[in-house]
Amino acid sequence: MTQTTWAYLSNNFVYSAMGVFALSFLVHAFETAWAVKVPAGGADQQKMDYSKAEKAARIGTSLMILAFLLLLIGVIARGLSNGHVPWGNMYEFSITGALAFTGAYLVALRKHDLRWLGLFISLAALLTLGTAITLLYRDSAPLVPALKSTWLVIHVVAAIISGGVFLLSNVIAGAYLYLDSRERGAGRPAWATRLPALEVLDQLSYRLVAFVFPLWTFSVIAGAIWAESAWGRYWGWDPKETWAFITWVAYAAYLHARVTIGWKGRRAAWLCLFAGSTFLFNYVYVNVWGTGKHTYSGL
Amino acid sequence: MKNEREVDLPEIGALGLARFAWRQLTSMRTALILLMLLAIASIPGSLLPQRNQNPMAVREYFANDPTLAKWIDRLSGFDVFSAPWFSAIYILLFISLIGCVLPRTFEHLKLVRAKPPVTPKNLEKLQGYTLVKGNGDELARAHEFFKKNHFRVRVQAGSISAEKGYFRESGNLLFHLSLILILVGVSIGSLFGMRGDAIIVTGERFINLATSYDSLNYGKLTNEKSLNTFSVRLNSFVAKYDPITNTPLDYSAYVTTEDEAGNLEEGVIKVNSPLTFGSSRVYLQANGYAPVVTVRDEVGNVNFQGPVTFLPQDSNLRSIGSIKVPEASPQLGFVSSFVPTYQRDPQAGAVSVYPELLKPRLLFSIWEGDLGLDTGVPQSIYTIDTTEMTRIALDSLAPGERFDFTGGSITFEKVEPWINLAVVRDPGKSYSLIGGILALAGLLASLFGFRRRIWIRIRTDGQVEIAGLAKNNSAALDLQLENFVRCVKGEK
Repeated sequence: MTQTTWAYLSNNFVYSAMGVFALSFLVHAFETAWAVKVPAGGADQQKMDYSKAEKAARIGTSLMILAFLLLLIGVIARGLSNGHVPWGNMYEFSITGALAFTGAYLVALRKHDLRWLGLFISLAALLTLGTAITLLYRDSAPLVPALKSTWLVIHVVAAIISGGVFLLSNVIAGAYLYLDSRERGAGRPAWATRLPALEVLDQLSYRLVAFVFPLWTFSVIAGAIWAESAWGRYWGWDPKETWAFITWVAYAAYLHARVTIGWKGRRAAWLCLFAGSTFLFNYVYVNVWGTGKHTYSGL
Repeated sequence: MKNEREVDLPEIGALGLARFAWRQLTSMRTALILLMLLAIASIPGSLLPQRNQNPMAVREYFANDPTLAKWIDRLSGFDVFSAPWFSAIYILLFISLIGCVLPRTFEHLKLVRAKPPVTPKNLEKLQGYTLVKGNGDELARAHEFFKKNHFRVRVQAGSISAEKGYFRESGNLLFHLSLILILVGVSIGSLFGMRGDAIIVTGERFINLATSYDSLNYGKLTNEKSLNTFSVRLNSFVAKYDPITNTPLDYSAYVTTEDEAGNLEEGVIKVNSPLTFGSSRVYLQANGYAPVVTVRDEVGNVNFQGPVTFLPQDSNLRSIGSIKVPEASPQLGFVSSFVPTYQRDPQAGAVSVYPELLKPRLLFSIWEGDLGLDTGVPQSIYTIDTTEMTRIALDSLAPGERFDFTGGSITFEKVEPWINLAVVRDPGKSYSLIGGILALAGLLASLFGFRRRIWIRIRTDGQVEIAGLAKNNSAALDLQLENFVRCVKGEK
């Protein structure tokens, strides 16, 4: 197979993954809708029939796994098309990031029943892939000399996984804030009654951060080692480095606030969202408008 | 309560005030606020162009809006990371960190050596309280369990208290001490390190002397005497490009090096693989083309001959440069651009369509008059100040061609590639690296370790009481208590 065939194959798989994500989104939407349906006999939520919603959740999750696998093949084929790990530009970061994000969700799913999140997860994956393929798409190309290093694999894979888990923790913190404000007001909307208790969401969002913060630290250290061999200094306050540091500090503050000061709930969730947004800002702003050493030709 | 006491300050006097300030500075809250401040303070450094990273952009800023730029400059906005206010924040942060961590380290060391506290009177309200029917050897079995699981124990009459999980606090302290080590590494680097840039054209030799550098910066506590002896001769430079996307595939500088002892060696410098000479490392940072030209006067005397480094402007290496001939009278200047693969574009004029030398062409306008080299104002080597000059001709040449103008001629001999070598010495970097690795280890220990106590007591009625206390992970303690109870019962 030629490299161009691999590239076409990769694109087709990414498109297929998008299609399946869209289906998964629809099914999860039905799951939510059916959960609202009140059976004859009144609005007593204790007696609600969730069997249909349960069935939809199962189908939605299966579709999500299928989409994940399709995307995985898409990412691998992208790598084969240009003979290197597929992390040479923003399109490739985005599709791998979406893969890590859904992967993190599916792994978390084994331990916690998060299927209610499927609606947001499939939507977020769909949006990321959509942006990637329409705005960020670049033809498969070889790596520029600065990226030819084993550290590309180590540094970038750690950064992408961290990003995926940070994003997941943010989604959960966002869900927490929404449900919390509803509970303070009129109470949980009917469709959300099946969702875990606020405390569970709060803990989960914290656990994800605590789990991935060392990985993010590792990613920054690996980046510094690589920078030393490529640019002659391990830290130079390049915009990307600066924002990686800001993200690190923000999450460090979050962990301190939780563990040492004992922050919980709303305040912690807001801090989590803030920290996550610095990561997103770093990804979008520095890659698109930035001027630093991390901007390589054509995104 | 604490605040009320602190309000009584006037009676305490100056010493008390200092102690109060120290206690405030070294509190966890202050350390956290300073950490956040450091993050916020670094934001302008990523949004505004920085002098040490992109001096051209700073100059542009000054040209576009001089008043605003002057104010930003007054607040060190173009040198954020060496600004006094930035330094102030991180120095305070690390004093705070040291003041916070060191006392805790001593306390922790004392605690680790101490025995666990005696068994409390009432175990009933503690976690996982279990009553087991005793038959006599429970304490021995418990002791064995504690030993196998690395608990610290205090054996008392009829009871044992055991404790484990200082790992968490050890990791926590190690993490924070490592951060201090990283800062020590950074400081050593900035005080005793150096960094310099030198451009060499193929065939030239770089000797590590202060005068060989185009730019050179020392740490505050070091000088040119610290430069070690070595030289690098550039034999050839090979750049490979992808013919479809024009993006670079590989840069290799083939060099002959000579070290302190006079050993000659062949070597290759690539973007991700620098050369090492003792404590100095030599990096390949940039490259471009240097047209070799000869400028003669009207009777054929050579006024200038040699390679002139041109500065690349785009990915296809359209480059600009200037050939200055102060020996000619009147002085001559060639405001030039060079394209490795020439093509005429109706709008942009001469453009390069490929970064390799497929159809090289040198384009120039010739200026006559005063180059302004004696004014003392430093000039860019790539541009000419033509305010005191007049243009006398305009032309372009392919290699080997000559152009005659009134008063002389210019011959475009050939093109040689040039490379920019960065020479860096950072004696602090290994400390920072060790600090980074230890910080990571400490972080993992502090996040995944957990502290717990387990007690066992034989009651006077012969029944055995078991209970535990977890500081941060009660689920894991439950699991361990279950095992413990089974072990005490002799089931395992």
